[in-house]
Amino acid sequence: MKFQPVIGLEVHTQLKTGSKIFCGCSTTFGSEPNSQTCPVCLGLPGALPVLNKKVVEFAIKAGLATNCIIAHHSVFARKNYFYPDLPKGYQISQLEEPICRKGWLDIQLEGQEAKRIGITRIHMEEDAGKLVHGDVPGLDDGSGVDLNRACTPLLEVVSEPDLRSSDEAVAYLKRLHRIVTWLGICDGNMEEGSFRCDANISVMPVGSDTLGTRAEIKNVNSFKFVKQAIDYEIQRQIALIEDGGSVVQETRLFDPNSGTTRSMRSKEEAHDYRYFPDPDLVPLVIDADWVQHAHKELPELPEHRRQRFITELGLPEYDAEVLTASRGVADYFEECVAFHHNAKAVSNWLMSEVTRALNDSGAAIDACPVIPSQLAELIKMIDKGAISGKIAKTVFEEMWKNGGEPQAIVEKRGLAQVSDSGAIEAIIDEVIAANMAQVEEFRGGKEKVLGFFVGLVMKASRGKANPALVNELLLAKLKVQ
Amino acid sequence: MDIFELTIHQLHNELKTGAVSSLEATKAMLARIESVEPHVGSFITLTPESALAEAEAADRRIASGEAHVLTGIPLALKDIFLTEGIRTTCGSRILHNFVPPYSATSWERLRDCGCVLLGKLNQDEFAMGSSNESSAFGVTRNPWDTTRIPGGSSGGSAAAIAARQATATLGTDTGGSIRQPASHCGCVGLKPTYGRVSRYGVIAYASSLDQVGPITRDVTDCAIMLGAVAGYDPRDSTSVRTPVPDYTAALTGDVKGLKIGLPKEYFITGLDRDVQESMARAIETYGRLGAEFVEISLPHTDYAVATYYLIATAEASSNLARYDGVRFGHRSPQAEGLIDMMTKSRSEGFGAEVKRRIMLGTYALSSGYYDAYYVKAQKVRTLIMGDFTRAFENVDVILTPVAPTPAFKIGEKTNDPLQMYLSDIFTIPVNLAGTCAMSVPAGFSALGLPIGLQLIGRPFGEETILRAGHAFEQATEWHTRKAEI
Ligand SMILES: [Zn+2]
Repeated sequence: MKFQPVIGLEVHTQLKTGSKIFCGCSTTFGSEPNSQTCPVCLGLPGALPVLNKKVVEFAIKAGLATNCIIAHHSVFARKNYFYPDLPKGYQISQLEEPICRKGWLDIQLEGQEAKRIGITRIHMEEDAGKLVHGDVPGLDDGSGVDLNRACTPLLEVVSEPDLRSSDEAVAYLKRLHRIVTWLGICDGNMEEGSFRCDANISVMPVGSDTLGTRAEIKNVNSFKFVKQAIDYEIQRQIALIEDGGSVVQETRLFDPNSGTTRSMRSKEEAHDYRYFPDPDLVPLVIDADWVQHAHKELPELPEHRRQRFITELGLPEYDAEVLTASRGVADYFEECVAFHHNAKAVSNWLMSEVTRALNDSGAAIDACPVIPSQLAELIKMIDKGAISGKIAKTVFEEMWKNGGEPQAIVEKRGLAQVSDSGAIEAIIDEVIAANMAQVEEFRGGKEKVLGFFVGLVMKASRGKANPALVNELLLAKLKVQ
Repeated sequence: MDIFELTIHQLHNELKTGAVSSLEATKAMLARIESVEPHVGSFITLTPESALAEAEAADRRIASGEAHVLTGIPLALKDIFLTEGIRTTCGSRILHNFVPPYSATSWERLRDCGCVLLGKLNQDEFAMGSSNESSAFGVTRNPWDTTRIPGGSSGGSAAAIAARQATATLGTDTGGSIRQPASHCGCVGLKPTYGRVSRYGVIAYASSLDQVGPITRDVTDCAIMLGAVAGYDPRDSTSVRTPVPDYTAALTGDVKGLKIGLPKEYFITGLDRDVQESMARAIETYGRLGAEFVEISLPHTDYAVATYYLIATAEASSNLARYDGVRFGHRSPQAEGLIDMMTKSRSEGFGAEVKRRIMLGTYALSSGYYDAYYVKAQKVRTLIMGDFTRAFENVDVILTPVAPTPAFKIGEKTNDPLQMYLSDIFTIPVNLAGTCAMSVPAGFSALGLPIGLQLIGRPFGEETILRAGHAFEQATEWHTRKAEI
């Protein structure tokens, strides 16, 4: 029997607001334990939550960018459970009336048609703190609780079970990741847990329309692990069924070391969270003006931009996809193009030299030492014939290392292309005189020898001779008896 | 008259003229506390040193001519209000060692007025009770008869007024916890409209019902205290921006043409005879003052107690989850491991009534029961609100008894929670409706126990009930009687 996997993802994105969701404490990562706390996020008696409007703005933007309906009326609810890192004994979240509902994202796998993945809901909630064990200054033994992270804002994005393979799941995640980082609402750092994912997975016989029993996989925090975890889980469930067993509803934990999943708690052990509307927070009412305002503040979204790069700038699909991988790259690209209208040349430079240099230095595009106007100027110089493409690479390296305008570097280092035919002819004459044997070969019909001469002339000019002119003059001289 | 017997406005006059200093008043009050406290048990914590320092500061402020009417007035707070640096227990063993790092907004406001804090008052544990018997710090006795309860949960706040241990006090009211003890102790007590006073820094029992309010010797003091604590607080999302009027300006003494509603569901057979007589006399008095009466119906009254015990306990079960021994409060010394520590700390720290309500509330929210209990209770709550909205289309205030009987004996109902719950039958609907109400002294039983009448107002209609209460007070002598203690 063949099986069809059915996958839905729940993604938690930590929002990049300066302060926490229900108090004024800073959300800075990596501070002294419990230094970013106040009565509210410590869950002290009598403390009350006050909603950070920035979080709502971010949630509205996420909703708009994923084609959701923004709820006019939404409600915060308490999710009750005991854990030492949860100071109030409940998490403030949303259940029955989330802020966003019924959206979608399109994904595209190579060689396949675009596929629309439904988004069930997006809701706001607070994060918990974390337990620290062992080697912590001031902690003799046992465990401690660090509540710096408690009450930091999260958006949970829940997809429909529309995904049918680990590749689709990863493609969806990448799309979502691009959106939240593009909007500037999440730093997207998966290692630090700013963008983390739980996967609901089941399998059913191909052709069936009855969903199988699902397992929820927790703790998958890289695209690679998502693929691994899903593939492993699909195989595990299929093997189980083929052996005559059945899948049990449970929560499983992914172990990145072994690439496997193991049972964490069964359905019977699952918490009864006793959700109910939080009486400390009034219902959130979002009027049309607020949505409209957020709409105006939205940047041009990646999908739209990708299309425009193809239709307006004439870029190949591949280039458009690469250049819209992040908003930083797309912005950089468009700034360059504004200075110099050769989009394809800019695209080539961005995808090759700039990307390579960024990767080598580990810098992000917004920290690129060569600013767009400078890169555009450099490409313009090539297009005008002022320098060769090869020299341009040398100039780029210099700009990257020591800064400076390309024009100045070319002048200072005498790298300008020589297009003076007299000077080039002089070199050609010298080269021909020194290599008469090869001249004879050429004249005897062996035209490939031309390359040999071009190389020598370019070398003699230290790369500065205009290659087209060199070609033209050489041909003329060689053909003349 | 002794200094400790004065009202706020009387003492303010003495302070203003320099006849008495705040330091003298505070010392007199501390001496009074020392002499009667063994018979009453109003306080959990006394703060004499800081009180004297605050009194001296108040005297300097009075001398500089910048005094508020509350500057230098010695008062006390129910131990549910967080007071920075001063132990705050909420009447519970689980907080026996809790010294908060911040203060409740209402205490901050009073402190900014220059009030002197004498100490923290006894109460039912986590405000759960109607008799002060559930306190982990001993029972409080009714100053009118020390074999009887003072009411609850703000029992200490009312007893301290009746025993002249503070000029005024603050309490909280979730289902009658200000009005019922005020009635049993012969004081004035007001539960404001939900959202009128900030709940920030007030230990939560049932967040959608809790409200802060004063207990005082007379209606004028009540208006002064309410004016000081009321108003929007950005730290409480449920507090309301409605401007705070000058409540004392509302005390005109004029109730001519005031339409008073008499709900037939509240004047039931089985009502204590003394209470019934007091109500009849009160109606007569209002009639003489020119008020008009309208018989009204609040048809969902019968469901109020059940509704309350579902909503309040559900919220409480969640609100009290933070007392787990991890960060503050009682931590069990003999626990092994995290979960055991949390379980034992809670088992040891909470008293029987609190545990009962946590279990009730947990049950009401549990999956499979949520719709039948919690959701249904919310629907009934909406109906009860509707009762009041409709009633107030025709009347300005509603007059009812505060409690079905005068104060009962200590121990009389401790083994019968249901009987205990029913003693709040007339006060609970007001909390569910979120509106305001006050208790005003309206007579005494044959045994000499105080009886209060309840005046219920429209949402944010505090001025109207204060005016009605004040007019009644002007026409009667009940509030001038003093408990012999
Ligand atoms: Zn905080």
